[in-house]
Amino acid sequence: MNKRLDYLDELEAEAIYILREVAGQFERPALLFSGGKDSICLVHLALKAFRPGKFPFPLVHVDTGHNFREALEYRDELAKKLDEQLIVRYVEDTIRTKKLQDGKGKFPSRNALQTYTLLDVIEEFEFDACIGGARRDEEKARAKERIFSVRDEFGQWDPKMQRPELWNIYNGKINKGENVRVFPISNWTELDVWNYIKRENIGLPSIYFTHERECILTENGQLMNTNEFVQLEENDVLVTKKVRYRTVGDMTCTAAVESEAYTVDDIIAELKQTTISERGATRMDDRISEAAMEDRKKGGYF
Amino acid sequence: MQLLRFFTAGNVDDGKSTLIGRLLYDSHSISTDIIETLTRQSKAKNENAGIDLALLTDGLRAEREQGITIDVAYKYFTTEKRKFIIADTPGHIQYTRNMFTGASNANLAIILVDARNGITDQTKRHSVLSAILGIPHVLVCINKIDLVDYSEEVYRNIEADYRAFSRNLNLKDLTVMPASALAGDNVVKKSEKLSWYQGQTLLDFLETVEVSESGRTDLPRFQVQYVVRPQTAALHDYRGFAGHIASGVYRKGQRVAVLPSGIETLIDKIERNGEEIASASENMPVILHLKDDVDVSRGNSIVPVEHLPKTEKELSATICWMDNTAFIPGQKILLQQNSFRTKAVIKDIAAKIDIHSYEELPYDGTMKLNDICRVIIKTAEPVSFDSYRDNRHTGAFILINENTNNTVAAGTIH
Repeated sequence: MNKRLDYLDELEAEAIYILREVAGQFERPALLFSGGKDSICLVHLALKAFRPGKFPFPLVHVDTGHNFREALEYRDELAKKLDEQLIVRYVEDTIRTKKLQDGKGKFPSRNALQTYTLLDVIEEFEFDACIGGARRDEEKARAKERIFSVRDEFGQWDPKMQRPELWNIYNGKINKGENVRVFPISNWTELDVWNYIKRENIGLPSIYFTHERECILTENGQLMNTNEFVQLEENDVLVTKKVRYRTVGDMTCTAAVESEAYTVDDIIAELKQTTISERGATRMDDRISEAAMEDRKKGGYF
Repeated sequence: MQLLRFFTAGNVDDGKSTLIGRLLYDSHSISTDIIETLTRQSKAKNENAGIDLALLTDGLRAEREQGITIDVAYKYFTTEKRKFIIADTPGHIQYTRNMFTGASNANLAIILVDARNGITDQTKRHSVLSAILGIPHVLVCINKIDLVDYSEEVYRNIEADYRAFSRNLNLKDLTVMPASALAGDNVVKKSEKLSWYQGQTLLDFLETVEVSESGRTDLPRFQVQYVVRPQTAALHDYRGFAGHIASGVYRKGQRVAVLPSGIETLIDKIERNGEEIASASENMPVILHLKDDVDVSRGNSIVPVEHLPKTEKELSATICWMDNTAFIPGQKILLQQNSFRTKAVIKDIAAKIDIHSYEELPYDGTMKLNDICRVIIKTAEPVSFDSYRDNRHTGAFILINENTNNTVAAGTIH
């Protein structure tokens, strides 16, 4: 470790090292791109790792059909600007061809369904490694996952059988049918991501910044976007607030937070003040049970 | 702002998770929703107790059920002065491999000692592992000092015992301090009850200890991870070697050798983030260009001719066996040193290390999970390396079972 390097340089160096290991170790890697800030950072890091060469992997997006329009537009513009391959597969198609039951209820979630589409696209292109922007500070099951996380042919994570991961030596050897999920920004926190976005002057979808939006104020105080997928009920409390999104997941299960942040600097200042964690503030899906994330990962989720 | 990676070793009973919880809690690094969850969980376990800070780090269902730490958990916190990455490692002997894993990247070890028990086998084991892994700074935290009435005498005795025990471990930088993680004494805040103790608090120490890497960090070391070849009309002849400066400084015009082939050439250009730079130093990801069109592939080293590492097909090393299946003589394995991989075989097992005393014992015929042995490894292709003592990057490797693909051992080269 070099004392002259800033911590953001160290985190960046680690992430670039991991991306290059993926390029060096795998035949058919892919970068899972959601249009969210974490995967946008991954793309920025990939530019640093591989330019002037092309990315040694396509960008892959699993479109749930419930994505924010702003994130999808950003995704398409970015792929075009960088002249990199973008593969999009739709949960809608999976539901139709596999005759799956779509999410139900007031806020119909496709969170579980997207795992099917993800596993299908992995099979279709025979991806042996999928790079994702998950961070260990997000959730306590994630805090236990390796940077190179081996999944079996069903995409399952077995927390008790993880390979030891030492120094910066990554063992990506797998059998046919297995694949590795790779998390280059495992060691970044939400604040690190924002500090990096600021330093590198990375552009983001507009919904990360404050804007006026009509929302349903839920019983537990969360602000849920109103849209065509959410069933409005008579006694719903509708409010129009200045909000922004801390994470860009599905419109049906990502809550907005009240915010006056117009710039990245404002966001960083707000985050330093805030006392609610990123997933706690915005994700309905993790509230279901203590081990919700662990269970979803065991089932093939990212 | 700098980054410090440290690991904590100790059993649940030593208050390791509580200590981490305390650091996060008192430095305001825990969000209110997580505190709420913790309060709820703590109440579920024991209606009358306060927040059980240990629940913060036990992330897996099985860990919560059994009240133990099974795997390494990573935790993060930032103060005004530093960003910290904590590898919280399980202390029990059956999880030696997990501790080895969490410690491998660390610059500092916190070894917890229960003031009521003094130095135990576990303290010794964690210290020996820290020595094997060449952790630059070791902090022995004599915890639960509140349970011995904040006695200076008890503290001094344990400190003296530890210093005597650790003499033959050659720990590079040893610090000892008292604390009570549960009561919050001397972790983030100074404690009046420890008025006889004049040193720093734990957090103060973590914020100010000089982050240094041990060994010969002046030796320039670089391994090729990936060859960048755009093959476009505009960049037809572009061929850059992407990798990471493990240590030392690289300059344009430097005379270098490509290893293991030994072919010499000059550094023509160094790029970082798409821009040409005159020199690059430790920990920077770069793309190197060579003057001559020589054969270079992933895993090769590019090293200045006046500072060549050893390049050999036989290594003497200390390895920790990490597979559930014991070593089978003649087993086919792969050796991976950063991006370099070659077929290998363990030719001889010279001794087993007693992980409580650091003494060499004669090999007893089995090398099983968590055993640490001195071995001779023969490789199919020559490995360019330094001793681990000199360089933690080029002196470390893992062994992979060619059949199962599992990482079966981790080693440090003598």
